Amino acid sequence: MANVISDETMEYVGILAKLELSPEEKEQAKEDMAKMLDYIDTLNELDTSGVEPMSHVFPVHNVFREDVVTNGDERDAMLAGAPEAKDGAFVVPKTFD
Amino acid sequence: MSRQYETVIGLEVHVELATKTKIFCGCSTEFGGAPNTHTCPVCTGMPGSLPVLNKQVVEYAAAVGLATNCTITQNCKFDRKNYFYPDNPQNYQISQLYYPICRDGHVEIEVDGRKKNVGIHEIHMEEDAGKLIHDPATGNSLVDFNRSGVPLIEIVSEPDMRSAEEVIAYLEKLRMIIQYLGASDCKLQEGSMRADVNLSVREVGAETFGTRTEMKNLNSFSAIARAIEGERERQIDLLEEGKEVVQETRRWDDEAEYSYPMRSKEDAQDYRYFPEPDLPPIVISDAWLEEIRAKQPEFRDEKQARYQKEYGLPEYDTEIITADRKLTELFESCIARGAAPKEVSNWIMGDTMRLLKENEMEPSDLTFAPEHLVKMIEMIESGAINRKVARKVFEAVFKDDVDPETYVEENGLKTVNDEGALRKVIEEIVENNPKSVEDYKAGKKKAMGFFVGQTMRAMKGKADPAMVNQILREILD
Amino acid sequence: MDWMKCTAVELGEKIKAGEVTAMEAAMAAMDAIEKKEEIYHSYVTVLDRETVLKRAEEVQRMIEDGTLTGPLAGVPAAIKDNMCTEGVRTTCSSRILDNFVPPYTAEAVKNLEKAGVVIIGKTNMDEFAMGSTTETSYYGATKNPWDPEHVPGGSSGGSAAAVAAEECIFALGSDTGGSIRQPASYCGVVGMKPTYGTVSRYGLIAYGSSLDQIGPMAKDVRDCAVILDAIASHDEKDSTSVEREEYAFASALVNDVRGMKIGIPKDYFGEGLDADVRAAVMEAAKVLEAQGAVVEEFDLGLVKYAIPAYYVIACAEASSNLARFDGVKYGYRTPEYEGLHNMYKKTRSEGFGPEVKRRIMLGSFVLSSGYYDAYYLKALRTKALIKQEFDRAFEKYDVILGPAAPTTAPKLGESLDDPIQMYLGDIYTISVNLAGLPGITVPCGTDQQGLPVGVQLIGDCFKEKNILRAAYTYEQNRGFTMTAPGAGENKKDGCRNLSGMSETAEGGND
Repeated sequence: MANVISDETMEYVGILAKLELSPEEKEQAKEDMAKMLDYIDTLNELDTSGVEPMSHVFPVHNVFREDVVTNGDERDAMLAGAPEAKDGAFVVPKTFD
Repeated sequence: MSRQYETVIGLEVHVELATKTKIFCGCSTEFGGAPNTHTCPVCTGMPGSLPVLNKQVVEYAAAVGLATNCTITQNCKFDRKNYFYPDNPQNYQISQLYYPICRDGHVEIEVDGRKKNVGIHEIHMEEDAGKLIHDPATGNSLVDFNRSGVPLIEIVSEPDMRSAEEVIAYLEKLRMIIQYLGASDCKLQEGSMRADVNLSVREVGAETFGTRTEMKNLNSFSAIARAIEGERERQIDLLEEGKEVVQETRRWDDEAEYSYPMRSKEDAQDYRYFPEPDLPPIVISDAWLEEIRAKQPEFRDEKQARYQKEYGLPEYDTEIITADRKLTELFESCIARGAAPKEVSNWIMGDTMRLLKENEMEPSDLTFAPEHLVKMIEMIESGAINRKVARKVFEAVFKDDVDPETYVEENGLKTVNDEGALRKVIEEIVENNPKSVEDYKAGKKKAMGFFVGQTMRAMKGKADPAMVNQILREILD
Repeated sequence: MDWMKCTAVELGEKIKAGEVTAMEAAMAAMDAIEKKEEIYHSYVTVLDRETVLKRAEEVQRMIEDGTLTGPLAGVPAAIKDNMCTEGVRTTCSSRILDNFVPPYTAEAVKNLEKAGVVIIGKTNMDEFAMGSTTETSYYGATKNPWDPEHVPGGSSGGSAAAVAAEECIFALGSDTGGSIRQPASYCGVVGMKPTYGTVSRYGLIAYGSSLDQIGPMAKDVRDCAVILDAIASHDEKDSTSVEREEYAFASALVNDVRGMKIGIPKDYFGEGLDADVRAAVMEAAKVLEAQGAVVEEFDLGLVKYAIPAYYVIACAEASSNLARFDGVKYGYRTPEYEGLHNMYKKTRSEGFGPEVKRRIMLGSFVLSSGYYDAYYLKALRTKALIKQEFDRAFEKYDVILGPAAPTTAPKLGESLDDPIQMYLGDIYTISVNLAGLPGITVPCGTDQQGLPVGVQLIGDCFKEKNILRAAYTYEQNRGFTMTAPGAGENKKDGCRNLSGMSETAEGGND
């Protein structure tokens, strides 16, 4: 029951992940993903009915901060690595219609 | 249009919580700083930074849930909502999908004397996005992360509303509850309360819902009302033409009074939610829940009843004062300082409300100290100022929170109680107006009013009206 | 005297005794780097001598005035390049972070600095810690100091190689699916992954957040325990950081395993395991048995499902964790683009290498609408079952013993072709991350090619002391030391003086 990844799926995953692959990369990626999914499908051999999905491995809970201001103005440090900055803000291609 | 349509509306209301710091870092939530001055590695999505939850956010969210009759999820978790946008520094938003903190609540609304419940599907906690500013000089956008990470709750209603009036009644009810809790100031204009409208239409009597659209960018109650009307018409037109409504998110343009689709093909609207691995679950124990419950304030209905019973205020007064938590605070604070309840109520209902309206302000914008109003009332009672002067003094209190005593002193507004001086002024006025004296003697009562007016004008309003009347009678009779 | 031969604890003692200064030690490390980097390429960034010297002088002063008294004061160390270091470029060996200089320092690194450690550089790794060979680095592969034609393992390959080649005294690595323990095994050094939550992840650039953990890589077990003492802390900035009852890991360094119950999972010795590796690991078990441990075999059948479950969970988390690299706030931005989405796509497609893209795409897919239950929830349920199976095992055993990897270090360029084959190499390490357990790899011999083999000891959650005691006892009694040929002449001047015979790569397997 081998998985086959369609061009549409690759296109869709590209939109989700914001990745654009060359035609060759795309073929390779389709093959790799199909193989990986076949491999992941071996999990279906395992009966997991009634098992609670475990996202956190330890029963730690209620980790909080108090509502107290601890940070000052760190703007320059935050902007120091920006590919483009202006007037204390990060610059991006226009987002408005 | 031959067919009759019904509008079905559900709301997603975002409310910015009134915490001092952001939801996951110790940056200030204060409004109005220069761009990116309230940011740190966490709220700018720096590599390696990690979120730590602000406890106050959980308490506010649970308090709103209790006040809206929700069931509190005592084991709740955060999830990541994944989407790319420059105002979202990590390109995922920490939110709640699978185990939101509150579920299955309702609030009661009243429209045209008819009461009904609007169901609340859920309330969840999440972080706000940053702000994008258009830069006309370059055509680019500028990103400011000061609002990034400000805590929000999103209140998702059931599709229980059928008109703009119901929607607005629901929003006002929510706003009142949340303001009473002190969980937010809920200002639509400033964006601390934002409503997205999910709307569909169906033929009256139909059993299933039509396809809905989601409308964003609604910044006032009137815009919401216009958007509901506009979108209703657009959908009905489509159906009448035999076309289909597309399920999509639309942006309301209030000037054009029309909504436009928001997403491009680059937005898949597939948010790939999964449990946030950086935040352990939240367990709200029975004891903690009781603590939050115990802190619930006296809400409007209880307050109104108490004001009538305890202070003997008319229902009309209590209606106005309890419409806003800030007004109740002002009222109660003045009473606590010994002022007469009805007198305070009059100042709130009268001049306070008038000045708010004139200045396009909301009660939450009030800045004056209650003791200044109390002091002013005391000055009226002691006769230090008269009511007319008091209204002028109050304007200064309202505007600049001045100390009324100092203000009266500095501006020479004190009532003149020197009988001799007053008598001299009145005598002069009587002497200069023989015609009016004749009128008075002829029994024309209006002449008395003329003399009082002239005297007050000469005294620049500072005379005690009772004393003026008394002296006039002595001279004229 | 070659100070680089010393363990961290030995060097720390000599500095404190005034036999050598922190500056001399630091400069010895800089000399070693200068000499060997050309061959091994363990580092992405080496700090300049002036900066290192200044820091060493500061530490020396604090040692002399009694401010710094700990065992690591003055010891030069390297940091894997996925931990943020304020003012020092931190790349994750990726083009997308090629120019990234963090505005803050990772908590684990801060803890080292507090202990007086002198940081000398940032080590090479698989890009974003995704890989098992350090070949996916944007900056080129690191070479194995036992044989430069072979990989050092990964993803902490630069840290492992730097320790083995004696280009630092110790290093920090990070371990998401074996990234400390496997390269430690390939390079003949000791590497330890603590219980999840023991070392703060604040400042560690995330790959798989629920699996990532920072740990020490060093010459011997004692160093690992002492370094862990320094880096472990309850950090309020990391919500998954666990407040432990005690942190004195070095107190477990006792040469005594009498009565200790050691379980050997039969499933770790099946198909795919290299015969030389099997022999070396079984020999290690015998050493412990001879010291009084009770060794027996048992079944750990679910282990084969750990790899698929791991790749679903790690890739899903990675797809989200790596979304922030978008050309807006820091790092690389493509020079030419048309509009926002084109900028995103070009930046990310040019900035990430093939393996990272492969995992981001897989992760995006398994979380996408319609697949979440079948893949992601299934993997989380499998994880729960694996954790339960370990819980049952630790009711019977104090320590689980097995190999760290099925083979010794492969040749450069031989592993990347088939991703599944590469992923299978993580079979013995991955389940430990899923269950949050501590694990340590200790060198236990070499194969016929003269490449090192490591034995892995796994403990129950929060039971680092059990594996440290077993590892220390093994090391004290194995009867040989292991030094990579790449470390240079093995001159011993009171350093690394383990009793018994010495084994170098030429020595063959005992």
